[in-house]
Amino acid sequence: MADTAVAVADTAVSVVPDALEALESEAVHIFREVAGEFDRPVILFSGGKDSTVLVHLARKAFWPAPVPFALLHVDTGHNFDEVLRFRDDLVAEHGLRLVVAHVQEWIDDGRLVERPDGTRNPLQTTPLLDTIAEHRFDAVFGGGRRDEEKARAKERIFSIRNAFGQWEPRRQRPELWDLYNGRHSPGEHVRVFPLSNWTELDIWRYIAREHIELPSIYFAHTRDVYLRDGMWLTEGPWGGPRPGETTHTRVVRYRTVGDGSCTGAVESGAATVAEIVAEVSASRLTERGATRADDRLSEAAMEDRKREGYF
Amino acid sequence: MTQLLRLATAGSVDDGKSTLVGRLLYDTKSVLADQLEAVQRASVDKGLATPDLSLLVDGLRAEREQGITIDVAYRYFATPRRTFVLADTPGHVQYTRNTVTGASTAQLGVLLVDARHGVVEQTRRHAAVLALLGVPRLVLAVNKIDLTGYSESGFALIAKEFGAHAAALGYQEDAVVAVPVSALLGDNVVDRSGSTPWYGGPTLLEHLESVPVAAAEVDAPLRFPVQYVIRPRTAEYPDYRGYAGQVGAGTVRPGDRVVVLPAGLRTTVVRVDTPDGELATAGPGRSVTLVLADDLDIGRGDLIADADAPPTLTDELTATVCWLADRPLRPGARLLVKHGTRTVPAIVTAIHARFDEQTLSTVDGPGSLVLNEIGRVAIRTAEPLPVDDYARSRRTGSFILIDPADGATLAAGMVGGRLPTPEVRVIDDESCTDGGVPAVDRDLTSPGP
Repeated sequence: MADTAVAVADTAVSVVPDALEALESEAVHIFREVAGEFDRPVILFSGGKDSTVLVHLARKAFWPAPVPFALLHVDTGHNFDEVLRFRDDLVAEHGLRLVVAHVQEWIDDGRLVERPDGTRNPLQTTPLLDTIAEHRFDAVFGGGRRDEEKARAKERIFSIRNAFGQWEPRRQRPELWDLYNGRHSPGEHVRVFPLSNWTELDIWRYIAREHIELPSIYFAHTRDVYLRDGMWLTEGPWGGPRPGETTHTRVVRYRTVGDGSCTGAVESGAATVAEIVAEVSASRLTERGATRADDRLSEAAMEDRKREGYF
Repeated sequence: MTQLLRLATAGSVDDGKSTLVGRLLYDTKSVLADQLEAVQRASVDKGLATPDLSLLVDGLRAEREQGITIDVAYRYFATPRRTFVLADTPGHVQYTRNTVTGASTAQLGVLLVDARHGVVEQTRRHAAVLALLGVPRLVLAVNKIDLTGYSESGFALIAKEFGAHAAALGYQEDAVVAVPVSALLGDNVVDRSGSTPWYGGPTLLEHLESVPVAAAEVDAPLRFPVQYVIRPRTAEYPDYRGYAGQVGAGTVRPGDRVVVLPAGLRTTVVRVDTPDGELATAGPGRSVTLVLADDLDIGRGDLIADADAPPTLTDELTATVCWLADRPLRPGARLLVKHGTRTVPAIVTAIHARFDEQTLSTVDGPGSLVLNEIGRVAIRTAEPLPVDDYARSRRTGSFILIDPADGATLAAGMVGGRLPTPEVRVIDDESCTDGGVPAVDRDLTSPGP
């Protein structure tokens, strides 16, 4: 993104935008609607590609003014170091504000109990809702996309949540034209999904077009991994191979960034954004199915987690 | 350049709409291995011999249990030429509100009929609703053509009957296309069928890939609802003041003379800013920031418009509303109108007519509107709104009604008060004196001397 406006483009710009321009304009419009109608918005930020694209779009929406929202990161304590470094660099470079909710604090004071399987993804919901309440955030931007999972195909762009953060399919408002209705009662908040209409491929093409930087784990690298439930997991603070699981050295990359205990890598030699675009174009596995154990629990897994207040 | 096409599907419950959408996704390779595996697993569980493609698109648990689709679902597929956003709307009569929602942003509507039954009451109803919402183009997918022995004459009869209905709703001949398909077997959905040698038209996907997508609003006068005022007050930009928004209709260029409504202030566009540089012109749907020549008091909710062709500024609206809530609408209801970026209190002063979905005719003086009913109403707003007739501008002719108590979205509204009755005996009818756009407040919006 240019820091200062450059000279007027010398070729006439088509008045019909291409697909990425149309998606960008839609997302920018959503950011500005929220800025105009809510008191305390926040961007939920994981360090993953979708939330990084969100931050990029927010910067474009308010340029040349700074982004008028903070970022909120729910830190499971099972993060990849590369992702945390990336987060802190991004915040420093663009003068953003960052709020971190450490899941470990909730475990330490007994509000949460560690699961027997060590996975902390399901534990994020309580710290998220507590932090939303504590800071009185009234709009929470998420990077969710409707193409990710069946239960998300019917998600609204403005998704109203009750005081318990729950998503009730029957209470969702019809969304007409580009007239978003963000009215809510005290204690309720609205989740806002500016990337609703983007696909994984759109995200990667946009990253390529806009030269957006990402954490290094998205690109092919050599890593020691072990196979569990068909996914390559890596050793970390969340644990390592169980008896019977052997470690192999593989060239891998991550397609999503989540809790280290249940986010799998895929074998891939794609080391650049262009190579990833080519790989995603030809992929035969959706990103969630390939790399997220938490969505495989049951056919209705995502729907259940959404009802609980997960994104 | 890949373009985006937004489309909506509608059809009766048993016409196989979910299967058609599943087929589109499957044959464009938009269904990935793990999704397909889940469908195959579920199909075996249901005792089916072949994968049930409708399972690809029936999302929520309640729907799977009841075997129906109860909410608008959005689907995505792409070809090298186009990216598609598909609003899959449920077929049941009681879910008209979903058809309205899906149609509101659609550039094209796909209607489904069963080739054995042809155009039925619900087909006419859906077409009427799509016409009302201003969906510019229609496709009739004549499904289950295999079950008629690929009958050419049967297809021709259905295509002709539907064409006549669409024409009565105001569609030009070239805006409506009929395609004989079998969603189950894949005939003419993505790949051309060997069983319909008599059909010379495009497959459904070929048509979706080639149909023109240019927004109808390109040639309209400029409409730019202000969303947000950008004032960095930074060392680099101490005095920058820009008006952020999305072009609603028309185009905007530096040098354009504009009027800011409702105040009626006049000024000139100096720059069309984006973070990637200034634009020479920005068209409908583009999010930009306008820098104006004069330092005026402009904020969210204002509308920047073509100074020579401003919209009507009025506090008395005649409008069509699609009622979306369980509680009925009665005259005297106090509501909020959200139009563009402005939300104002309003009173529904009268319900003039209701659209009868069974007979596609109007019923005068209905007294109330209930869930899924469409009617023509009169609305008085607390402040004047700059509105266009919906038929001329979908973005600046549309509004929603909100319940001030609980914030629920109650209705979709369209300025102008048309009802989707065929044969255009609507608001221009002599017997209907309340129709049309209310009188203009010329003092505020007419070009100055």
